[in-house]
Amino acid sequence: MDKTKTTELENVVVRFSGDSGDGMQLTGTLFSNLSAILGNEISTFPDFPSEIRAPQGTLGGVSGFQVQLGSSKIYTPGDNPDVLVVMNPAALKVNAKDVKKGGIIIFDSDLFVKSGFEKAGFITENPFEELGISDTIQLIGAPLSTMTQESLKDFGFEYKTVLRSKNMFSLGLVCWLFSRPIEQAIHFLEKKFGKKPDLLHANVKVLTDGFNYGNNLHLSINTYFIDKSHETPKGKYTSINGNKATAWGLIAAAEKAGLELFLGSYPITPATDIMQELTLRKDLGVKVVQAEDEIAGITSALGAAFAGCLAATNTSGPGLALKSEAIGLAVMAELPIVIVDVMRGGPSTGLPTKTEQTDLLQALYGRNGESPAVVMAAGTPDDCFHFAFMASKIALEHMTPVILLTDAFIGNGTSLWKLPKLAELPEIHPNFSKPGMESINVTSRDEKTKVRYWSIPGTEGFGHRNGGLEKDYSTGSISTDPLNHQKMVDTREAKISNISNVLPDVKVEGDKDADVLIIGWGGTHGHLMSTVNSINKKGKKIALAHFNYINPLPKNSVKLIQGYKKVVVCELNSGQFATYLRSKVPGVEFLQYNKVQGQPFTATELEEHFETLLK
Amino acid sequence: METQETTTQYTAKDFKSDQYVRWCPGCGDFAVLNSLQKVMAEIGIPPHETAIVSGIGCSSRLSYYMSSYGFHTIHGRGAAIATGVKVANPKLAVWQITGDGDCLAIGGNHFIHSVRRNVDINVLLFNNQIYGLTKGQYSPTTKKGYVTKSSPFGTVERPFRPAELTMGARGTFFGRLLDVDLKTSQMTMLAAAKHKGTSIVECLVNCVIFNDGAHGWLAEKEFRSDRTIVLEHGKSMIFGKEMNKGLVLEGFNLKVVTLGENGITEKDILVHDAACEDITFHMKLALMEGPELPIALGVIRDVKEDTYDAAVEAQIAEVQAKSKIKSFDDLIATCEQWEI
Repeated sequence: MDKTKTTELENVVVRFSGDSGDGMQLTGTLFSNLSAILGNEISTFPDFPSEIRAPQGTLGGVSGFQVQLGSSKIYTPGDNPDVLVVMNPAALKVNAKDVKKGGIIIFDSDLFVKSGFEKAGFITENPFEELGISDTIQLIGAPLSTMTQESLKDFGFEYKTVLRSKNMFSLGLVCWLFSRPIEQAIHFLEKKFGKKPDLLHANVKVLTDGFNYGNNLHLSINTYFIDKSHETPKGKYTSINGNKATAWGLIAAAEKAGLELFLGSYPITPATDIMQELTLRKDLGVKVVQAEDEIAGITSALGAAFAGCLAATNTSGPGLALKSEAIGLAVMAELPIVIVDVMRGGPSTGLPTKTEQTDLLQALYGRNGESPAVVMAAGTPDDCFHFAFMASKIALEHMTPVILLTDAFIGNGTSLWKLPKLAELPEIHPNFSKPGMESINVTSRDEKTKVRYWSIPGTEGFGHRNGGLEKDYSTGSISTDPLNHQKMVDTREAKISNISNVLPDVKVEGDKDADVLIIGWGGTHGHLMSTVNSINKKGKKIALAHFNYINPLPKNSVKLIQGYKKVVVCELNSGQFATYLRSKVPGVEFLQYNKVQGQPFTATELEEHFETLLK
Repeated sequence: METQETTTQYTAKDFKSDQYVRWCPGCGDFAVLNSLQKVMAEIGIPPHETAIVSGIGCSSRLSYYMSSYGFHTIHGRGAAIATGVKVANPKLAVWQITGDGDCLAIGGNHFIHSVRRNVDINVLLFNNQIYGLTKGQYSPTTKKGYVTKSSPFGTVERPFRPAELTMGARGTFFGRLLDVDLKTSQMTMLAAAKHKGTSIVECLVNCVIFNDGAHGWLAEKEFRSDRTIVLEHGKSMIFGKEMNKGLVLEGFNLKVVTLGENGITEKDILVHDAACEDITFHMKLALMEGPELPIALGVIRDVKEDTYDAAVEAQIAEVQAKSKIKSFDDLIATCEQWEI
């Protein structure tokens, strides 16, 4: 056996790609978790087609999962893979151009035959040459299909079942490549297939054979070693995706506030996982109504808010459009509700599985009448937890709808998450009416904060009639009086802008003395931060102000932005936050950097652009 | 919520709010409101444990006129909002007030799904066969050919019949009342309140301004007892001013016979079984039309079935009894976790 060379790297990017039925998401997830347990920083990005099962071997059915592992702080799943694992020629065609020079492509040589080339639209029988793949890239063809068959020949499975284990062979091979002990992977498989011993044994056998195959390869190839990260604060960690973190943030907030959690929801990509996660938590008393449509999703939640629950609904862009009228009712009735929008490519059905930040203006303004609501955005998969918690806290303490924007990238992507304890989280004090306040009516409020008192049906002495019609400021009865309407409009606006008093300041990251300020919001934090860090490391000065609170803006926002010579708003839309900031921050020329391709930024394109700004 | 035993005797007045009732003079909604307040007093659930949810339309203003907790919401969504209220707090008595436009046009989807789920709410569906609040356009229950502001040459649409929708959506309760018939109204509402599940009560109400006399054929006092039959579970289907008419089956169809004629006695007359699961016969009764047959009022269908809200609670209790996860911190402890 030839000796292999082990390269020590600070970070490495691995992409798994195959048919959407090839189990690439599972392979990627297992590999990422394995690496996290070994002490690496991780950041992942699943990228799948909207078709559930497109024709096998075609470009339309290619599904991918990318992970970046690091021994130092990493912010993104990376742009270009060092290692690409492709299960068929179509996956090669879709991904080959992205592989770094000096990288590795592992492919299933069994499927690199004429029929496979034809399905993927190759003209010749040498796809590598046809794609012009660099000589510096190592190609490792392994007969994954036949070896998996060989591995399972004594199990008596049907051919189809056998092929489904192919992903485990590639996982074993990659584990070897990255010096990952497979015991931990076997432990994961035990958890997943524990109740089906046949499948468990088969998968463990294939995984082990894949690992040994790598070990015995009669080839000299690079293997990689990524050291433990020393930049992560000490503590107990897990890896979590943004949608799960969002669901858990709502659960934590409900328990902290002492309320039942109610979710009204209608399935929509890429937000459905939040609902599915919450349906699992009946043990914590979470009530989930899978409604007949998006409108019933939010209106059932609004009914639950009226009845005294922490109420939430989750959706994506088209669903947010359908919920507009009900959000208006929540504004008018001054009821607490959290609306989570996991943004995807639009307009209309758009790009259901791809990421975008194009719902910002819809969230801010997409309602009839003067209809202010709180709008906020999470920045990374793990801080979806924090912002779902804070969205709930603000809704309950300020009696308002709160729209929390996340996106397909952070919703499906995973990052390391330091496990919280409930006791460490901020207190939540809903603005309930209290005994002795029986003379209040439906519009009675704390005159300082303008927050209405919340009286829960079932409480004697507090019966009231709420609704969508304008109410008299003093009596709570319906009113069309002109001056009263003006006063109520101003009151609802003041209630929301007052919230800025309790928001944390927006921070400047990177080099604070820079002349150039990059502004971002929501799910682009990772890409912007790592680019800003990378430029600062080169000795050039650049700063980042990343916003999570959008309406209202943190109190220091205006002065902070006005303090820079050059301000560039970077976002995955055509300039929605820039438009908003122009209306809020006078005297600043806002430059823009925009991308609307259904894909996150890449650090490379950002760095190129920022370099030109610094010239 | 207070769960203590209450011995308070309520009167209709306890359910009246301080708001001036603003329907047009002569509107049929007044009578239904009065009947409802009387029924609520009779049921004895205190006003603060009652929630009234309404949508948009003349009838939906009703929530303002009750002293209980009320939520006047947006057009068509009352059923979904009421579902949320009831699931959030099943101890509340939840009533939904809606009209033929609110319930069957813009809210049609929520209507059939709340009926299908059998959420324990009581729905008063005010059917005046017209849009009143927008001043006289035809509704999904307007009779074909009828001239309205939006059908100057007569409608060319086939109307819905609320009973068919209710039973088609697997409804467990369907009743019908006529605004001016207070006795039947209260009896029907009381049965609806007692029924566990979604109770649909079609309230035939008169719109004096835009559709006066829509139910005139049966509402006229002189002929009412000959043109309607009040159905009660377990009782013979006998009606008429002289109480000498009855319903019998002839083949698959219903037919009116006269007691004492052709040897017909009470024994030949059908007995109403509201609790029969099969909808076939209830549908026949609900769809009876004049002049050959009387219009059915009262409780047409009242079938036992699990309610959605109770099932949600039961499933939670069942999972909680088995699960070791009792708190957020327990949930966190289940994570695959490692020290860094």
